[in-house]
Amino acid sequence: MFCPTCGVVLPSAAIDHFVRLDLARGYDVDLAELDRRYFAQQRQLHPDRFATKSATERAHSLAHATDLNRAYETLKDPLRRAVYLLELAGIDVTGETKTSADPTLLAEVMERREALDDAASPSEFAAVVDAAEADAERCRAGLASAFAAADWARAGALTLRYTYLARLLDEARARRGRPTSSPAFAAALK
Amino acid sequence: MVLLEIHEPGETPRPHEADDAAVGIDLGTTNSLVAYSHAGKPEVLRNIHGEGLVPSVVAYDRDGEVIVGYPARDRMLDAPDRVVSSIKRLMGRGLEDVKALAGTLPFAVEPGAQGMVRIRIGERALTPVEISAEILRALKKRAETGLEQPVTRAVITVPAYFDDAARTATRDAARLAGLQVLRLVNEPTAAALAYGLDKGSEGLYAIYDLGGGTFDVSILKLDKGVFQVLATGGHTALGGDDFDHLIAEQFLVERGETNPSIGTAKAALRAAREAKETLTAADAGRWIIDVAGRKSVHALGRAELEAMITPLIEETVAIARRVIEDARLAAADIKGVVLVGGSTRMPLVRRKVAALFGTEPLADIDPDEVVALGAALQAEALTGGSSTLLLDVTPLSLGLETMGGVVERVIERNTPIPVAHAQDFTTYQDGQNAMLIHVVQGEREMVDQCRSLAKFVLCDIPPLVAGAARIKVTFAIDADGILTVAAREETTGAEQRIEVKPSYGLAPEDMEAMLKAAMVHARADVELRLLTESRVEARRASLALRSALQADGDLLAPIERRTVENALAGIERAIGSADRDIIEGWIEKLDAETMFFAERRMDRGIRTALAGVAIDRLERNLETPARGEPAAE
Ligand SMILES: Nc1ncnc2c1ncn2[C@@H]1O[C@H](COP(=O)(O)OP(=O)(O)OP(=O)(O)O)[C@@H](O)[C@H]1O
Ligand SMILES: [Mg+2]
Repeated sequence: MFCPTCGVVLPSAAIDHFVRLDLARGYDVDLAELDRRYFAQQRQLHPDRFATKSATERAHSLAHATDLNRAYETLKDPLRRAVYLLELAGIDVTGETKTSADPTLLAEVMERREALDDAASPSEFAAVVDAAEADAERCRAGLASAFAAADWARAGALTLRYTYLARLLDEARARRGRPTSSPAFAAALK
Repeated sequence: MVLLEIHEPGETPRPHEADDAAVGIDLGTTNSLVAYSHAGKPEVLRNIHGEGLVPSVVAYDRDGEVIVGYPARDRMLDAPDRVVSSIKRLMGRGLEDVKALAGTLPFAVEPGAQGMVRIRIGERALTPVEISAEILRALKKRAETGLEQPVTRAVITVPAYFDDAARTATRDAARLAGLQVLRLVNEPTAAALAYGLDKGSEGLYAIYDLGGGTFDVSILKLDKGVFQVLATGGHTALGGDDFDHLIAEQFLVERGETNPSIGTAKAALRAAREAKETLTAADAGRWIIDVAGRKSVHALGRAELEAMITPLIEETVAIARRVIEDARLAAADIKGVVLVGGSTRMPLVRRKVAALFGTEPLADIDPDEVVALGAALQAEALTGGSSTLLLDVTPLSLGLETMGGVVERVIERNTPIPVAHAQDFTTYQDGQNAMLIHVVQGEREMVDQCRSLAKFVLCDIPPLVAGAARIKVTFAIDADGILTVAAREETTGAEQRIEVKPSYGLAPEDMEAMLKAAMVHARADVELRLLTESRVEARRASLALRSALQADGDLLAPIERRTVENALAGIERAIGSADRDIIEGWIEKLDAETMFFAERRMDRGIRTALAGVAIDRLERNLETPARGEPAAE
């Protein structure tokens, strides 16, 4: 990443996220280790380290830091990691054409969504969320073994399922955490 | 010694970098501060009265003079229409936003170009950027006085929740004030830096920052000098100002004012603020509003105040909850909570925050100063190197307008910055040669519920059948949280011209004009400095000559003495002149006409020295008159 003779930062190369963060390619990622590697690299490459350097070095550092962030975000998130591993294997599960692939999956997702909408109390709402959460956990466990066995078909199916569950959980989170409406100010001080 | 510097082609070295100090600036809604850090020890730069805070208030005198800080604030009641406060609330805001703030702004706003707002001050209509620049100029001057060296570089803090337009406006203001922004740092992150370094803490921390105009909350992970922001959120128009407004409204009702003048409104606000701040320590009190020839007395108790503002504090708690969720954490995971901002002094705020996190918040660094101290540390880290590292996130999602005004998110909020996203676009009509891309920021589904950042027209697309052209557009958010967009037509490989139309903010022409005006301003500043220097020089020369006359006057014949005394009288008169050339002329004249006197004194000096004194003394004596300066005894 740095010129061996003059020490200036070199352009960011197009390498895969695992190589960039110096981790073995696979679904099992030690998140503490991921943080360590990411921090160590950002310490060297982040734009804050180049604030007084030449424009070229600053541009290279910006590119490095941007690539590092993408790699980190991709590998940190279990869903994005799965999608990425499939992508590396040349498989696109989440593309537009695949969404209608599994009618039973679609029906199940619709059902859960309705349950979320119809939840009459916070505890009912929480029950739907908890069930989806448990299901997502099963997906993650299944993905670990599928990727370990290089069973791409199973990994693809689980990733698709996990995608829907994650979307549902995001929505639930957004609804629960939505801030109350903004304060109304009287007009006396117009 | 550097003989030759080699640079990349097309690149110029940045001038005089090493000479200038880099400071940290907290540009607040209510108060601003400047701090400087050396060897990891940040300090707030104070005026001769020991005051660190500079109220973010700008007064425009009738004679064109601009006053910033306490003296400006003192004018609020005498000349309310010439004093601007809380301008930060309008940074990067458009007319639409201002409508939403209606009634909470203590000044008159009118439409400007590009959906921008302007503030009417007498005959002038000023942009928020220009007004902010005045505050920055005052801080720059304070730093230069305090550090006794030029200051041209700064780390400036902004609310974490500031969007692209507000960040860009802040950068523009700095540029107008002659400051190069090394980095825009989020206020809560800066606060964490000041705390973290102090305590060497590790783990998960929340920063709850409730200031005058804005609320911010951030969750950070501290790990061996790395400050990683996990999630951030807030409200750009929620703070102490809003509490003041609620109280002022009640006071005005009690006074029987239905249609208060701007002067009366400002007087009520001032009383309200005093009441609010007093009730942090006191249980109750009475306040007098004496304006427009009428006195009214208003009683308020802390319980009543708390009832009034509870909905607003609850809102901050709700936002904090959402941010914790965003970080995929629970409140109990948070090891410590740091309080920042003057409004966190209120007991109600402390109680609510403690209840949310289940822990007593930390407030041992002055909540007014902690942000500036952190900014100074970061300025030192950026220029002098450091082992700490800030990893921040983008506070708001970035999206594109799609069919039917629906937003398609391309960068999610809380994504670490810098970040880039590339997306392919294509044409939907045969021969289509231009395309409109609309970038918005915000969390809502529809374009008109989000903030419009920019509209880009991609032009000169080669005429192809519908869907054949491929245009790759890259959206990049840099480490300051500022967006840039680049486009490339992929089928022909041609770089596309992008027409940038900022939806809000300054048009490039406006910025140009302001920079020119600032340059004139700067030139006037330089003139003044040179004049001052000449005066100092003249005064020094005349004093030196006076003492030389006293010591060695016997070396002069009466007629020679008159020449010297004439020169002396001339320069003393010239010191009063406002014309630098006149002063400089007299300095030269004095030098020339008293040369013989200096030479004679030198001779005497040598003779005295040779009369048995050590050689080094001799050399020292020789040195003094050689500079053309008669040595004072
Ligand atoms: N003792 C106090 N009790 C209650 N409020 C206080 C007290 N002292 C200061 N404040 C309030 O704190 C606010 C100013 O806080 P601060 O200086 O942190 O804000 P700021 O940095 O200018 O604003 P922002 O960070 O929102 O841009 C004002 O509204 C002021 O009235
Ligand atoms: Mg503040």
